Amino acid sequence: MATQSSRVASRLMVAPSVILLFIWMAVPLALTLYYSFRFYRLLSPERSGWVGLTNYRWFLNSPDFWLALFNTLALVLGVLIITVVLGILIALLIDQPVRGQGVLRILVIAPFFVMPPVAASIWENLFMHPQNGLFAAIARGFGAQPILFLEQYPLASIIGIVSWQWLPFATLILLTAMQSLSSEQLEAAEMDGASALNRFRYIIMPHLTRAITVVILIQTIFLLGIFGEIYTTTQGGPGSASTTLPYMIFKQAIAAKDIGRAAAGGIIAVILANIVAYFLMRGIGRHLDT
Amino acid sequence: MARAQSPRRRMLTTIAAWSVALIIFFPVLWMILTSFKTESSAVASPPVLLAADWTLQNYVDVWARSDYPRFFWNSVVIAVGSTLVGLAIAIPAAWAMAFVPGKRTKDLLMWMLSTKMMPAVAVMIPLYLLFQQMGLIDTKTGLVVALMLMNLPIIVWMLYTYFKEIPGEILEAARMDGAGLWNEIVHVLTPMALPGIASTMLLNIILAWNEAFWTIVLTTTKAAPLSAFIASFSAPQGLFYAKLSAASAMAILPILILGWFSQKQLVRGLTFGAVK
Repeated sequence: MATQSSRVASRLMVAPSVILLFIWMAVPLALTLYYSFRFYRLLSPERSGWVGLTNYRWFLNSPDFWLALFNTLALVLGVLIITVVLGILIALLIDQPVRGQGVLRILVIAPFFVMPPVAASIWENLFMHPQNGLFAAIARGFGAQPILFLEQYPLASIIGIVSWQWLPFATLILLTAMQSLSSEQLEAAEMDGASALNRFRYIIMPHLTRAITVVILIQTIFLLGIFGEIYTTTQGGPGSASTTLPYMIFKQAIAAKDIGRAAAGGIIAVILANIVAYFLMRGIGRHLDT
Repeated sequence: MARAQSPRRRMLTTIAAWSVALIIFFPVLWMILTSFKTESSAVASPPVLLAADWTLQNYVDVWARSDYPRFFWNSVVIAVGSTLVGLAIAIPAAWAMAFVPGKRTKDLLMWMLSTKMMPAVAVMIPLYLLFQQMGLIDTKTGLVVALMLMNLPIIVWMLYTYFKEIPGEILEAARMDGAGLWNEIVHVLTPMALPGIASTMLLNIILAWNEAFWTIVLTTTKAAPLSAFIASFSAPQGLFYAKLSAASAMAILPILILGWFSQKQLVRGLTFGAVK
């Protein structure tokens, strides 16, 4: 039903979105690329000029960079593994005929709606705080020393906080997928004597493949940019122990006020994100509904 | 896949499922309980529950702080404003892609999704400087623009998946019956598209309300929404736990309620239609 005029009209309708998104991405990216080859420090504005690859060299030679890269991957992979595995288990449990399933779903989904700074602040102050936190009180109750979560295990603590936020998302999507599985198929398998483990492995898991890949894709997009949780709790510390790549770039720009180096870091982050995106889109993009 | 089960097993799964759900919800519950305690009860050791001095004073105090209502209002304006502007731009685009798909439509959608993968920090400095030059730093307008653009790919995608389910034949039938373009849009398309637009709107308000990168980077005090306020709120040695909890509870409550209403659409929206 597409005529020549409707084609033109549809181009005009799509154009604003495409142009705006292009400007939003391309202009800043081009500027970041430009700054990354420049000497540009807010604290010494009198000096400027081209410095070639110096900023990149500084970034790649900094031990903090490799730590930040490791931390970023550990955060993304850690949260993905925890949320997908627990998400499958919890979805299996809630999918059973359970009393009050509606209220149950409401309780389980709640953490997802808690904004990152609030989630981080709840855990930091009310639970992980070494004097006033609930965990410390429990430890004292057993006569043990309180664990210094954010001081001694900053990255693991942040992985825990972020997993708590994203577990509802994974659970909800896996649960939705599970509920579209026909019960006849499972009943037939049960009659034929398939054990619960085999039913899970050969019927439920294949059915969930698409949902799991979607969970991984969407979560990776959001997890690569995790910021508010770190900013609220550890500010990347102690030292650089919980600094991810985005947070390291943020620190270079805001604390060190070195725009050139931060820009080089930004370009490196874009390259890495593109590598991740390439594999994700190839592996998972075909599962999307286009 | 509800299947017949023995009552005993049913009871066990019910207990197990409720225990898990309560553990997941507990941090939110504990925060809400703390918000009704006095500051000294809030940090009492061992923690008190029944013996706490319950009070509403924290809510009164937080709201009476001259700036809290402003942070709250900023959140409302930014979340709703960026969503409405985003919808106005995205509806025509999603519409055209769903009803007049070209050879490049699929690539275009994928490109839009891929812009979401761009790390925000990579474009943070130029955007900050551009916003500074245009006088948009620490203004609600600036944040509406930033969050609108940030979420535009998601809005287009969601709308696209909803619009695509509207059968094209209905349009042709309406045209056969002599309906003009205006009637076609008002009487045929809008009623069919509204549910999709509404759930896109809800999800996007949630995402914008909870955004905590651009709100922190692009504001200082004047236009800061709740996410930036809570992120900068540090509780020195537990002095303000109860008030922090009250401020947090008010910050998440509107979204918690919106979210509970939209949880069905949420799955579909957040998975770009891949899981329904």
